[in-house]
Amino acid sequence: MPPTPPTLEPIRAKAFAAQIASRFPEVKVQWMKERRLKVTSSPLRMRELGLFVRDNMGFDHMSTVSAIDWIAKNELEVVYFIGSSTPGQEDFILAISEMVARDNPVVPTLIEVWKGAEYHERETHEMFGINFQGHPDQRHILLPEDWNDLPPLRKDYVSPGR
Amino acid sequence: MTCLRFARITSRQGDDELTVESEYSPDSDKIMSVSLGPQHPGAGHFRIRLWLDGDYVVRSDPDPGYVHRGEEKMGEYRNYIQNVPHLERPEILDSSNTLFPYALGVDELMNSKIPPRGQYLRVIMSEINRIISHMYFLAIQGYFMGHTTMITWCMGDRDFWIDLGERIGGARVTFAYIIPGGVRNDIPSYAIDKGLKTCDWFDKRMDEYEKIFFDNPMVHQRSDKIGVLSRSDALALGATGTVARASGLSFDVRKDEPYSSYEDFEFKTPVLLQGDSWARAYVALLDMREAVKIIRQALKKIPPGQVRLKLGPQPRVPAGEVYSRIEAARGEYSYHIVSDGSPRPYRLKIGSPSFKNLRVLPHLLRNVHVADIPVIYWGLNYWPVSADR
Repeated sequence: MPPTPPTLEPIRAKAFAAQIASRFPEVKVQWMKERRLKVTSSPLRMRELGLFVRDNMGFDHMSTVSAIDWIAKNELEVVYFIGSSTPGQEDFILAISEMVARDNPVVPTLIEVWKGAEYHERETHEMFGINFQGHPDQRHILLPEDWNDLPPLRKDYVSPGR
Repeated sequence: MTCLRFARITSRQGDDELTVESEYSPDSDKIMSVSLGPQHPGAGHFRIRLWLDGDYVVRSDPDPGYVHRGEEKMGEYRNYIQNVPHLERPEILDSSNTLFPYALGVDELMNSKIPPRGQYLRVIMSEINRIISHMYFLAIQGYFMGHTTMITWCMGDRDFWIDLGERIGGARVTFAYIIPGGVRNDIPSYAIDKGLKTCDWFDKRMDEYEKIFFDNPMVHQRSDKIGVLSRSDALALGATGTVARASGLSFDVRKDEPYSSYEDFEFKTPVLLQGDSWARAYVALLDMREAVKIIRQALKKIPPGQVRLKLGPQPRVPAGEVYSRIEAARGEYSYHIVSDGSPRPYRLKIGSPSFKNLRVLPHLLRNVHVADIPVIYWGLNYWPVSADR
């Protein structure tokens, strides 16, 4: 077994979590590391949370949007990874996520908060079938226009030949 | 004449794409819709739909996806070691940097500490790949500007770096060198001498590049004030890498979040303020100067010892979630890996810099001459295969 490095106390992540909790007490902290923090909110307050972390905490830069298909729980999770250009916290990535039912996944778009999320949300829409309410353009971006099957990154879609 | 229209449209800032569309309806007989690509030799496997008013681009709509291979889905079918070779295929110009964040992510999940020699070799290979990628970028950018010397010199000189990579990694393009647990093999001692010689030669070579390419009035005329991206727009649109640094944002993961012993080396993050196509090419040259500095330092003070940990063919990765990122040639390359404790990743999200920078393209391709499209498009350092994954 490789040697285990000493775990560092995530002081800043704790401070950011406390700052979010002061305004959004219902937001759950999923995990924190020295330079990462992942929180989960309800889709209803996602836009408000986005504006709060952008304007009050300096997380101004969209890095990536990812999603996870939790097929056993019958839920989909959308995760936004947000970076910052504020001096002193450029190394920190804040992940805000939301859980949504697999049968009818509708979440609000965060384009008004971070314009850079547009193509990432378009990709998540076609790959997971998540509907981003308020998104101006949810055409397919990577898949063919005539794709007529399950969204390919869902767990119940099986690649041809498997 | 056209200047009036030019001023009227560009005076709006921010969310104006849709306003332009309503003013110049695509159905209007004055507007012509044209496809650039996907078989255009300069566009790569990528299409841009353009709406033209005479010689002006009114609106554009990028259409990626022609080389989508489903790398993320493939990743879910293979174990953590089997994923190594196919994950570097999307970006063959920058193959080591494509694997680097994946290796970092798996290392973090497994809580493994890479031996110092392995960390230094990762840095050396990553910087060699940065130069290889930037040389290709400058070559094609020169070609699009009609500068034939630039494509011949850059393509020729790039080969010396490929040779050096071959001496270390064994392959010429797709090295599969940076793997979870360290690097695949040790550096042969003759490659250290060869590397130091290549660095000295390349320093002199870059002085010539500066004179011949960047102080060239023809290059200035073709790329100055073409495709200007402001700092605030770069930030809002999620730009990264050379695009962000040419617009005054000092994003550099190597500095912001030093990984793999980058804190041991002295180097700067070049940042320019112009935000035009010239700055985006020049920032690549400055990047290469810093890369040479890092390679020289790393080769000189590389510590002895092991280069990799023994993980076995099917390592056990504990359940967890990680977001790892590095500074690749084109910008921030990130991986979101979710492990459920099984031999294969539960979810593998590739965040490629080309896809992150894609949103900038329709923002810049408005109210520009058709002749400026190649300079703007390639100035973004966009690689279609990496964006499509």
